[in-house]
Amino acid sequence: MRRYLRLLLLQLRMSIALGAQYRWDFLTQGGLSLVWTVLGLVPLYVALHNRPAVAGWTYEQALVVVGWFTMLKGILDGAVNPSLVLVVEHIRKGTLDFVLMKPADAQFLVSTARFEPWRAIDLFAGVGILVWTFRLMGTAPSLAAIAVSTLLLAVAVTVLYSMWIAAIAAAFWVVRLDNLSYLMSSLFDFGRWPVSIFKGAVRLFFTFVVPIALMTTYPAEALLGRLEPARAWLGIGGALVFALTGRFVFTRAIGRYTSASS
Amino acid sequence: MRILSAYPTLLRIGFANAVAYRTEMLVWMLTMTMPFVSLALWSAVAESVPVGRFDQKSFVAYFLATIVVRQLCGAWVVWELIQEIKSGTLTSRLLKPIHPLVVYSADNIAAIPLRALFAAPLALIGITSGGTALPHEPHRVVALFLSLFGAWFITFFVMVIIGCLSFFMESSASIFDIWIACFMILSGYLVPLELFPSWVRGVAEVLPFRYTLGFPVEILIGMSSDAAIARGLVIQLAYGCGSAAMALALWRSGVRRFGAFGG
Repeated sequence: MRRYLRLLLLQLRMSIALGAQYRWDFLTQGGLSLVWTVLGLVPLYVALHNRPAVAGWTYEQALVVVGWFTMLKGILDGAVNPSLVLVVEHIRKGTLDFVLMKPADAQFLVSTARFEPWRAIDLFAGVGILVWTFRLMGTAPSLAAIAVSTLLLAVAVTVLYSMWIAAIAAAFWVVRLDNLSYLMSSLFDFGRWPVSIFKGAVRLFFTFVVPIALMTTYPAEALLGRLEPARAWLGIGGALVFALTGRFVFTRAIGRYTSASS
Repeated sequence: MRILSAYPTLLRIGFANAVAYRTEMLVWMLTMTMPFVSLALWSAVAESVPVGRFDQKSFVAYFLATIVVRQLCGAWVVWELIQEIKSGTLTSRLLKPIHPLVVYSADNIAAIPLRALFAAPLALIGITSGGTALPHEPHRVVALFLSLFGAWFITFFVMVIIGCLSFFMESSASIFDIWIACFMILSGYLVPLELFPSWVRGVAEVLPFRYTLGFPVEILIGMSSDAAIARGLVIQLAYGCGSAAMALALWRSGVRRFGAFGG
């Protein structure tokens, strides 16, 4: 365990060193992701500001969801996606051999291979939106609510990661997959709004199949203090199922890896 | 003259390329979920009371139309240009006895039939949704096609302008990101321009973004008056000429300083 923690820190340090080499890129990319965050707020503002609650959500409450979405997006783009894009590249070139030869768990090595440190800006922006929203509402979340929603953040990251690793596992069968991660990211965009604005089958899809509701709506509701405990447990259970499935699919898939030259 | 005789062949090559990478194109099209994300929000808002003159049906029509128009008027020349200038592969294009921009334009135009085919189901849903008043008077149909062509023309040449900036600087891709960010808001892609406060709408009508998407969409679903269409076409023409002239000038001065990396 200690060994893996050291390994994680080492990989993180290497990514930061790599990022610091391109300082200008660092700044422009960071600035751009801020622009995108602000931009995402515009439709919400025009649609919900000074209007009665839509599907049970007022403008401020929906902003809490956007805050969570922004944080998760930062984690996704900063910690999950870059490594997995790298895996696809490795598979395509056959250089995954070098990773597999190292004396550590393959899934661990592969998923911590690269971080994009400037995405931390999104994390701060998300927290900023949450703080600002609660000031707008003139209330503060209770400590218990903060604890539950932080737990649900961990749940959300687990689900997100498991979905991505399962998707990447598909690259062992079909090699050309680099736009799959774009496809998944654009699906994730639906997590911007509270899930209750979707109707019927679409809502079921985003709750159970691609549990975007679980990732952004549930933590937001927990923070607002209106999530029933049963649903929180459901989320934790779901995350476990997703994590195990992701692990299973990945280990199965890696057995099919035949390197590029052979 | 030589361009005219070569153009049909260039189009055929471009079309064959588009067909060869059809799955990739389909996946790229599937990533355009943002209008659906917007649609979900707006139709929830319009469920009980209409917003302005938009009810749920007209939101469905509007956002499906934005997807269709974006498919028809899309281009990707900026990525190709940036990549080829940086890697130096532009040299092989410069050696050919035909202007590279002509080849790029043929590539981009030739993909349109396939994109239209992929977008057709959405268009059908949009038409049957009952929220549109498709133009049928001849002058409106002509205006629609003119505006669609104008939107493609401006998009293409703006992409060439930003792509040509790679001759002079490193971060032209970030500049294009900024362009896209402004486009999302000010073209009517995420929010119909009508729903903005009037001063934002005024700004949007002066800037080029609306003329690459929102303007044809409004004609397509029958939202604008004849006078508005005429004024829009004139502004679109001005932006088209301006962007083309600027693109050609930038291209010329860029190629002059282009020193093919690595040879």
